[in-house]
Amino acid sequence: MINKRRSLAALLGLLTTTALIGPAPAKADSEGEPTAEPPKVELVLDVSGSMRARDIDGRSRISVAQQAFNEVVDALPDETQLGIRVLGATYPGDDKKQGCRDTQQIVPVGPVDRTQAKAAVASLRPTGWTPIGLALRSAAQDLGTGSTARRIVLITDGEDTCAPPDPCEVARELAAQGTKLVVDTLGLVSDEKVRRQLLCIATATGGTYTAVQSGDQLTSRVKQLVDRARDTYTAAPTVVGGSTECDNAPLLAPGVYTDREAFSEHRWYRVPVRPGQELRASVSVALDRPVNPDYGVLLRATARDGRELVRGVDADSGRIDVISAGLRWSAAEEESPTPSPTDTVTAETVCLVVSNSLAPRPGTEATPGMPLELTVDVVAASPAPDGPDLGRGWALLLLLTLAGLITGLVTGLLTRWWVATWREN
Amino acid sequence: MRTLIRSVAALAAAGLTLAPAAASAAPTPSPGASTVTKAGTSFLTATAIAAGQPVQVDASSGDHLYWSFRAEAGQTHTINATVSFPKGRSGRSTWTIDVFDGLRRRQACTAGAQTPTVDATATSVTLGCTLRRVRPWAEPWSGDPLPGTYYVRLAVTDLPELDLGLPIDADLLVSVDGEGGASGDDGKLKAPLVPNTRAGTVLTAEPMPEPVAEKKTSLTDWLPEAGSRWVWTTAGGVLAAVAGVVGFALTRRRRRP
Repeated sequence: MINKRRSLAALLGLLTTTALIGPAPAKADSEGEPTAEPPKVELVLDVSGSMRARDIDGRSRISVAQQAFNEVVDALPDETQLGIRVLGATYPGDDKKQGCRDTQQIVPVGPVDRTQAKAAVASLRPTGWTPIGLALRSAAQDLGTGSTARRIVLITDGEDTCAPPDPCEVARELAAQGTKLVVDTLGLVSDEKVRRQLLCIATATGGTYTAVQSGDQLTSRVKQLVDRARDTYTAAPTVVGGSTECDNAPLLAPGVYTDREAFSEHRWYRVPVRPGQELRASVSVALDRPVNPDYGVLLRATARDGRELVRGVDADSGRIDVISAGLRWSAAEEESPTPSPTDTVTAETVCLVVSNSLAPRPGTEATPGMPLELTVDVVAASPAPDGPDLGRGWALLLLLTLAGLITGLVTGLLTRWWVATWREN
Repeated sequence: MRTLIRSVAALAAAGLTLAPAAASAAPTPSPGASTVTKAGTSFLTATAIAAGQPVQVDASSGDHLYWSFRAEAGQTHTINATVSFPKGRSGRSTWTIDVFDGLRRRQACTAGAQTPTVDATATSVTLGCTLRRVRPWAEPWSGDPLPGTYYVRLAVTDLPELDLGLPIDADLLVSVDGEGGASGDDGKLKAPLVPNTRAGTVLTAEPMPEPVAEKKTSLTDWLPEAGSRWVWTTAGGVLAAVAGVVGFALTRRRRRP
C-alpha cells in the first residue's frame, strides 16, 4: 500500500510539472488595437412639413423625435462625438431648387454641449422639403475621413422629394468610398415607398431599418444605435484592389481587407507562406442590393502554376446580409535531409481567388461591385499527430490494474503450489 | 479471498468516482452571469459573449444579429434562442440561426430547430442548434470544428416586406457541455481559429528568403504533456505493477496463531 501511495505521489508530481511547464499559452483574442479616434455618429432628422402630422401615440412626429433626441443627448457616452443635421428646416416656399438645398448641421460633430444641443433641437419647427440624398452626402462630409467606422442615423417620415440625387444611389456611392460608413434608417410612417427607400439605403451601407411604432421605441432604438457606434466601431479594413489574374495580384500580409466584386467577377490576391506555416483565409461578400434568392461564394487557394490547393465554398438562399467561406492550407511536410544552418527557406506564394455566383434581379445596378471582406492570417502549421501505440483514459487504467492484480494472484498461487510440491519431494 | 474481493470492489469504485461526471445540458444561465444587451451587426463587430451568459436584446425584424464565443477542444455547445414579436404581422416568417467558425465556415447543427417557420398569428419563435464536439486537431482540408472563435448569426430569412423593421425581442443562450476532457483525438492546433481583425497591409515586394531557424530543443520538449497517452499509459503500468504485488501478497499463507 505504501508503494502504491508513493507511485501515485510521483505520478502527481510529474503531472504538475508538465502542467506548469506546458506549452506557451495560445495567442489571446485579438480585439483590435485600441484606436485613438473617438467613435463618431451623426443624427440626421427630417423636419419637413409632414412632420407636423399627429400620428405617433397621439403626438406630432416632430415632438416625438425631439423628446427622443433629448433623451439620447442626456444618455450620450462621454467619448462619443455626436453631430445633428436637419433637412427641410428653414425654407417654407414652393421653389424646388431652393427647397432641395435646405439642410444644415445644427450641432457639429464633436464633444457634445448638452444644453446647447437640446436648445437647438427644441427650436426646430416642421417646415420644408425632404432632400435626403443631399443630407446624407453632407452628413458624410461632416463625419470626415479616418481609420474607424462612422455611423449616420437617419430619421424621416417621407420619401425623398428632391431626386436626383436618388438617396439610395448616394448611399451606395458613399459606401463605395474609402471610409467605412454605416447608415441606419428609422421610418416614422409605414408607407411602402418610404420603406423601400429606407431599406435600400440601409442595405447598401450595411445598416439597419426600423419601422417606428411608438415614441419609446424610437428613443430606445436611437440610443441603441448610438451605443453601437461606440461599442462596435473598429479599425476599418484596408482597401485593396484585387486583380484579374494571379501574377500581378496584390501581395497581402495578415489582416483584414475590403474590396468590391461585381457579379461573376474573379478577384485574385497573393499571400506569401513559408514552409511550416499555415494559411488561413476567409471571405464575406455582402448582398447590398436585390439579388436572385439563390447564391453562393467560392474562395480558392491555388499554387502559382494554377494547381488548386484547397477551396472554401458556401451557398445559401433567402434574405441575408453576407455570404462567407473560409479555408486553411499548409504545405505538405517534406522529408528533406537536415538543412545546414546556411540554408534559406523561401516563401511560397499562394494565390487566392474569390468568385461568386450571385445573380442580379432585373433592374439591379451592377456597379460598383458588392463589398467583399477578406481576412488573411498566416500562423504556425499544425502537423498531423504521429499517434503512438499507447492508450488513454480511466478504462485503460482499470484494465491494466486488473491485469496486474490477476497476474500477481496467479503468480502467487503458482509459487505456493510449487513451493508445496518442492517441499514434499 | 475475502480481502481480494474487497480490494477489487474498492478499486472498481475508485475508477467509477474518478470517471468525469457527465455535465448536464440543461439550458440555464450560469449563476451570477451578467446579461448581455448588445449585438453586433457583422462578423467584425460581433459582440463577444461567454457560454452561460444570457443575451437579451431589442432589435428590428430584418436585422442580422451577431455574437461570438470561444470554444475549447472537447466541448459541445448548444445555442438556444427565442425571438418574440408584437402581434399584427402580415404573413409567415422563417427565422434562422447560423453558426460559423473563426474562418467564417458554416458549422453544421446536429440537433435543434435551426430554421423554423411560424405563422402570422405566432408571437414568438424558438430556435436551437447543437454543434459538433470541438476537436483538438483536424486536417487543414477538413471542415471539422476546431478550438477558437465561433460566430452566431440570428436573422430572419424570409418574411413579407411589410413586416420588415418591426420591433422584436431576441433572447439567446449558449450553453456548453463537457469541459475540455480527454477525447479520442491526438494532435493539437498550434494556433486557435481566432481571426486576425487588424487592418492588413499590402506588401510591396515578396519577402526575402530567411535563414532556416535552428530548432531549439529544451528539456521541456521531451517531457510529455499532462493528459497525453504517454502519461496515461505510464500511470497504468505503475498501477498494474502495484496491483501485481498486492495480488501476490494476497496469496501468502496467513501465519497460524
